[in-house]
Amino acid sequence: MNDKDKIDCAIKPLVDMRNICISFGGVHAVDHVSVDLYPGEVVGLLGHNGAGKSTLIKILSGAYAMDSGEIYVNGEKANINNPRDARSYNIETIYQTLALADNLDAASNLFLGRELVSPIGFVDDDAMEAETRKIMGRLNPNFHKFKDPVSALSGGQRQSVAIARAVYFNARILIMDEPTAALGPHETQMVSELIAQLKAEGIGIFLISHDIHDVMELCDRASVMKNGQLVGTVDIGDVTDDDLLGMIILGKHPDEQ
Amino acid sequence: MTNTLNTGGSDAPVKKSHMNRFIQSTELDTRLLGMLGALALIWFGFHIYGAVVNGFGAFLTPRNLWNLSVQTSSIGIMACGMVLVIITRHIDLSVGSVLGFCAIVMGVTQVWILPELIGFEHWSIWIITVIVGLIAGTLIGGLHGYLIAYHSIPAFIVTLGGLLAWRGAAFLVARGETISPVDSTFRLLGGTADGAIGSTGSWVVGLVGVTTVIVSVSLDRRKRKTHGFALRPVWADWFIAVVGSAALIGAVILVNSYYWPRGIVRKFADENNIVIPDAGLFISYGFAIPVLILVTVGIIMSLVMSRTRFGRYVYAIGGNPEAAALAGINTKWMTVKIFGLMGLLTGLSAAVASARLGSATNALGTLDELYVIAAAVIGGTSLAGGVGTIYGAILGAVVMQSLQTGMVLIGFDAAIQQIVVGSVLVLAVYLDNLYRRTAK
Repeated sequence: MNDKDKIDCAIKPLVDMRNICISFGGVHAVDHVSVDLYPGEVVGLLGHNGAGKSTLIKILSGAYAMDSGEIYVNGEKANINNPRDARSYNIETIYQTLALADNLDAASNLFLGRELVSPIGFVDDDAMEAETRKIMGRLNPNFHKFKDPVSALSGGQRQSVAIARAVYFNARILIMDEPTAALGPHETQMVSELIAQLKAEGIGIFLISHDIHDVMELCDRASVMKNGQLVGTVDIGDVTDDDLLGMIILGKHPDEQ
Repeated sequence: MTNTLNTGGSDAPVKKSHMNRFIQSTELDTRLLGMLGALALIWFGFHIYGAVVNGFGAFLTPRNLWNLSVQTSSIGIMACGMVLVIITRHIDLSVGSVLGFCAIVMGVTQVWILPELIGFEHWSIWIITVIVGLIAGTLIGGLHGYLIAYHSIPAFIVTLGGLLAWRGAAFLVARGETISPVDSTFRLLGGTADGAIGSTGSWVVGLVGVTTVIVSVSLDRRKRKTHGFALRPVWADWFIAVVGSAALIGAVILVNSYYWPRGIVRKFADENNIVIPDAGLFISYGFAIPVLILVTVGIIMSLVMSRTRFGRYVYAIGGNPEAAALAGINTKWMTVKIFGLMGLLTGLSAAVASARLGSATNALGTLDELYVIAAAVIGGTSLAGGVGTIYGAILGAVVMQSLQTGMVLIGFDAAIQQIVVGSVLVLAVYLDNLYRRTAK
């Protein structure tokens, strides 16, 4: 990478979502919201339940089609109409529900939609299991239940399968929807370390969270939403916990005072 | 499960831990063993009942078992498709009527249309007919799938409508007539004296099967080695290879010890100028063609379900439709394909059923949907979705047919048969629930 590229990277946002709107049955779930994300940056998305943060993120991951607005990935206009499109832009998502097929094993879930196939077109379960063993060895060395359906796994183990799925395919843009909501302290710590590591690799991360402390600790910037609208985006270094709470609860930007 | 393993079954009786270790080592499906046990119970039960009460056990005879295999074929072929439909949390109530409609379409094609165009008993008639039937079935199934997936009409309603509509359509197309006689080559698909492959052919099939079993066991072992996965103990591999081979050879010996009836042999001898020796001329039936069709469908569908992306997506959609969609699977198009496949297999089944009957009537396949669904469910397909196997459904079809045949043999009347079959279906699902609860 030469110097010019570096400068380009630094200037161009990895993701730039502009004026995104979507409504469901007359309710403006997301109303002219613009957020952006730079390489190696963690942007927290905050807001009450129903503030529209998950909906916004599902537009980026291809689960919902937006009514209007534009998405730019690496400075180029992106057409994201379904989850496959999002994946083609190296956008990976860890959903709050984890989106795992409970009846399949870890490897099948990890490679769901992108199975490794043998030359004659059969799914190569052994190769997928071997790859899964490798990545799980890195992410969660205590994971051994490779043959069991994921319904037999604990919450933390399931979470690590969902994370492995997002990380395995060289995500450039990672969306994490409440990644630590179902986890114990030890596993939460693991996720925090992972986020730091991914950040160091230059991956941009959108982190949806309810936990202000998580956001203060992990994020570089935070975008706060209320009632489908963007309250504002702030640098974490410039605000306090109370400022963020004020934005979430009152919808008031800290500069307005 | 894992816990009992780790503690070495310290509080379990020794005998049980042997059994557990055996199942663990061979990696046999316990519910498969259960079904085989139930089947053995049914078979021996009817045989012994016949022997004690009627003085003659007719069930475990080559003749009955051969007929049982032929009668199972039509339901079994459709059950292979129904598994996919039920795994993805749908249902197809229309298969019986679609079967009737496809049979009529094929009847019209081969009796009314093709002889006019290319001549009576032309060699290609049966091929064209079967292709027409398969296309008709696939289109109908695909239409059902399209309405379900893209217009959000529940499968129950679409196929309930289909149940009525296609039966009516079958009546209209043929004006209610019975269409016969079907092409003589087509007839072979139904499995008659001619429609079986004879002794030599059956041995060839059997030996190919044995070779496949041995090769696949050893390939599996080698593949596990290269990936460094846990191996089955050597004795367990041997056990599977030997039992699998023995079952195949046993089946060959069984179908080869069912001989043509004397009348057919005499006719055959006359036509071919063979002098019948004094001891009698014994010509084996061998495997019936519809049974081979069922086995082929079963093998292909098992491969599709366990080895292809399509199969993986079927399970994924059944396990969590939302997750499947988020993983980039086009779940709507998958639904169309699944119902199209169900239709294709129904068309194939229609060919077998009408060939066996030797004609096409618009009543063919009446109530088949219930037997097909029952076969899939008895075979362990969960109506909650996500769970089910092809071999289970075929075994389920054999169980259903065994019950039916057995009751006919020992002389139960039709009313009691219906009561028993209905009760067994409910009981099977109850036992299945119990099994799942304890397995967890």
